[in-house]
Amino acid sequence: MATTTTIVPSGGPVAGSRSFLSRLRDGDEIARLITFLFAASVVLITALLVYELWQGSALPRHQFGLNFFRTSVWDPVFDQFGALPFIYGTLVTSAVALLIAVPLGIGAAIFLAELAPLRLSDTLEFFIDLLAAVPSVIYGLLGIFIVVPLMRNGIQPQLKQYLGFLPLFKGPAYGLGFLTAGVVLAIMIIPYIISVSREILLSVPRDQREAALALGSTRWESTWKVVVPFARTGIIGSVFLALARALGETMAVTMVIGNTPVISPSLLSPGDSIASVIASQFKEATGELYTQSLIELGLVLFLLTFILNGLARLMIVITSQRGSGTGLA
Amino acid sequence: MKRIAAIFLVGLGLAGILLAQGVLSITGAGATFPFPMYSKWFDEYHKKNPNVQINYQSIGSGGGIKQVTEGTVDFGATDGPMNDEQLKAFQEKHACAVLHFPTVLGAVVPTYNIPGVTGSLNFTPEALAGIYFGKVTKWNDPLIADANKGVKLPADDIIVVHRAESSGTTYVWTDFLSKVSEEWKNQVGKATAVKWPVGLGGQGNEGVTGTVKNTPNSIGYVELIYAESNKIPYGNVRNAAGVFVKASLAGVTAAAAGAAKSMPDDFRVSITNAPGKEAYPISSFTWLLIPSKISDAAKRDAIKGFLSWMLSDGQNYAEALSYARLPKEVVAKEKKALSNIQ
Repeated sequence: MATTTTIVPSGGPVAGSRSFLSRLRDGDEIARLITFLFAASVVLITALLVYELWQGSALPRHQFGLNFFRTSVWDPVFDQFGALPFIYGTLVTSAVALLIAVPLGIGAAIFLAELAPLRLSDTLEFFIDLLAAVPSVIYGLLGIFIVVPLMRNGIQPQLKQYLGFLPLFKGPAYGLGFLTAGVVLAIMIIPYIISVSREILLSVPRDQREAALALGSTRWESTWKVVVPFARTGIIGSVFLALARALGETMAVTMVIGNTPVISPSLLSPGDSIASVIASQFKEATGELYTQSLIELGLVLFLLTFILNGLARLMIVITSQRGSGTGLA
Repeated sequence: MKRIAAIFLVGLGLAGILLAQGVLSITGAGATFPFPMYSKWFDEYHKKNPNVQINYQSIGSGGGIKQVTEGTVDFGATDGPMNDEQLKAFQEKHACAVLHFPTVLGAVVPTYNIPGVTGSLNFTPEALAGIYFGKVTKWNDPLIADANKGVKLPADDIIVVHRAESSGTTYVWTDFLSKVSEEWKNQVGKATAVKWPVGLGGQGNEGVTGTVKNTPNSIGYVELIYAESNKIPYGNVRNAAGVFVKASLAGVTAAAAGAAKSMPDDFRVSITNAPGKEAYPISSFTWLLIPSKISDAAKRDAIKGFLSWMLSDGQNYAEALSYARLPKEVVAKEKKALSNIQ
């Protein structure tokens, strides 16, 4: 497009010295405007989303107020709606998923980036990317046909036998429930953590490793004490990306969580999550209050992701100020 | 060559315009349970009347009520009749009533998975209400065992499975439980979605079936047609006359016949726990929801035409698809009610 031979640094002070018309003619200004619109649309869509959710949930907001967050009754017949069991279910399943996925995912990423031969690492990376692209309904089926029977017949009875004294593992072993949903979510988010963390670890400058080795540390010491801390901001970022996916996951969760809005300290108990209840009930919800309560749940989920993303940012800021300063975030 | 192509294209375009003008398109949405029946009917009717094309989306009973109230479809369909509040909402919005037209009948059956039990179990209404209330918790509870002498029932916990989403099947099931248990009626009630006292939720008939199949000592409920076409074992239920009846088309029609005599003018009738020795107690009509005022005369005539065909020739297709046909009395009454569509 550009016919002039001078190299114009985009948006730099040099560009400002040329007349608007000539920039328009060269296409720079048009490109800038168009890309600006694209960027602005992100903000616009977010604002629109919040507005719609806010407008669409006027009825329950007025009727229940803050009680919507405090009550745990979900009764379409008597028009009583409370979000607590769904918030609880969303947080518990995501927490279980992270608890399993973070050590596994980061461990695998360290192996692939630092210890494995490059060819093996690239081959495995191909499979990991493949896993990350599998539609969630497939993971749901995997959950129903493999994880649920395994949980009911193998893992949950064992947990009850050896750890049954804890309130975490009480109650009958249904196979469906918080724990199963958490495990399926963990399987889904591990590829994200591995894939992103591996990229981050690979981008740690070579001299960092060499310096550590030169100081006499072993391979593992250089990895664990130098490379991983250097990359920790990015790794935390990958974990929060995975968390965001776990919070909003709908299909796979609804297939294995048991769809029962209860708050139970037991991980074996069936439960429900925000995304799952919206997916299963919205289509056929009758009555304004019922429909709008589901929309308000959407708003709650939005807030939840908003808060957690904010926390993630905060954490990244704090950790990067404390040293290393990778600028990888 | 070019010219021929041009003439051909123009001809094609003209034909398209003519076709578009000639075919009247009517849209409906709602219940999933009668969907196979409806799609057969709309297809057959289109063959007989090529100028009428009826499109039906099986989005569920709740969705059907919602869409017909919002006026986004020409007619709705539901497995549970609209309640007074919903009728009022429709009246306020459209300044006319919405009419219920029963089309066929179906039934809901209890299905279970108990290791070692192969035959059909007998369920009393009290046992079903107790199980779904969470009061009958073991399979060898006397409420179940007394009706199944000679069957060795385990002392294991009963795992209750219900529909996770709103559904007409749930409406019929909770309608039955409300009729047989005062406690259920007052504390849970009947609706397409309720606050279940106990149990796991499964998505759709297939979700409930899948959970029951995979979970030992579980019980769930599904539509009769679904159970039959998927060869799922299901139990007998004791009817109002005290007889244990296995669900069948004959049993459903018998239940409808009992109710036909006392059919109200708006056809909003529940035939669960119907009288009669042969009546299967968890049966139900399924309805089309038609606005009483249709301003487009062509559409009005087409809808009325379809309804009167459905009530006569259309009924003959029912059995082949495992639906129970309407009793004669109901058909006669509906034919009279057609004049209410204006």
